[in-house]
Amino acid sequence: MSTRVRTTALTAILALALALAGGATTAQAALSPQDQTSYIQVVNDVMCVVCHEPLAVAQSPEAFQERDYIRQLIAQGKTRKQIEDDLVTQYGPAVLARPPAHGVNLLVYIVPPLVLIAGLVTLAIFIPRWRRRARQSDAEQSTRPAATLDPTDAQRLNDDLGRFA
Amino acid sequence: MRRFLLPGLVTAAAVALLALLTFGVSKQNDTSSIDSQVQHGKFPAAPNAHQPLPILGKSGTATLADFRGKVVVLNVFASWCDPCQAEAPILAKEQQVLAKRNATLVGVTYEDLSSASEKFARRYHISYPVLRDVTGDFVRSFGTTGVPETFVINRQGRIQALQRFPVTTQWLDETLPHILAEKS
Repeated sequence: MSTRVRTTALTAILALALALAGGATTAQAALSPQDQTSYIQVVNDVMCVVCHEPLAVAQSPEAFQERDYIRQLIAQGKTRKQIEDDLVTQYGPAVLARPPAHGVNLLVYIVPPLVLIAGLVTLAIFIPRWRRRARQSDAEQSTRPAATLDPTDAQRLNDDLGRFA
Repeated sequence: MRRFLLPGLVTAAAVALLALLTFGVSKQNDTSSIDSQVQHGKFPAAPNAHQPLPILGKSGTATLADFRGKVVVLNVFASWCDPCQAEAPILAKEQQVLAKRNATLVGVTYEDLSSASEKFARRYHISYPVLRDVTGDFVRSFGTTGVPETFVINRQGRIQALQRFPVTTQWLDETLPHILAEKS
């Protein structure tokens, strides 16, 4: 084999190796099905900090940057908690769809259950009362004596009915 | 007494909602906003001047008050913002002029990744200090709702001019000379 042929062959092998390496890198950059799942979980739980919409649906330029960053973090093998911590470091706590449960944010977790409990208690108090009232009303109607006509009206009614008979 | 309870509660709720609406509407037309004060020649003090902000690409923090005595052209930007990219070369060039006049540009990033901001700074040869406003509180105190925005803070630490849109060379040429000429 001449030197020229050997050089060409080596160049071809090198090019093939580089192409394969490039392909492998591209494959690594694409998310595996498991990673894809965690990506969906993360974007559903964080916000676009500029447009104040869930990141999963936001279409602002900042949202695209945020999603790219999450993909990078997933590709680095970071857990969901680590990703959320990184996002808070970059964008502040407003990036989390569910605010941390301390300070004023506690109201988000306390008020809705309290309102629900207050609603249930109100219903528990008033529903028996309403039902009792409805029963009493039914009972009053059933025990009420039938309306009676005075003799004059009764006579007049009989006369009228007699004319139609 | 009990028959007035429900109408009373409904009236109280209606009054509360009306008060909230009135408050919201009055805040919309807040005549004390930075824009209207600047427009009427009442230059408000730069808000949160002592709030420490991380320095982009370096460890440590800096505050706006650290630049007191200098004219500061505060530019709020983000790497994902196209108009910010358009004005970046103008600002980078302006810094060369400002540095000779006891003045400086100070960049503040708005809802931006630190790595992306650093890349932006390298790409546009930004030599002036850039601070990161991670929570957005600092920038919001200037009434910022989008990017880019630019505020000119005089040597007394007061906002003397502002631009809620991208700056142009013409705007800088018209705005800065008389502010730079003022002594501290």
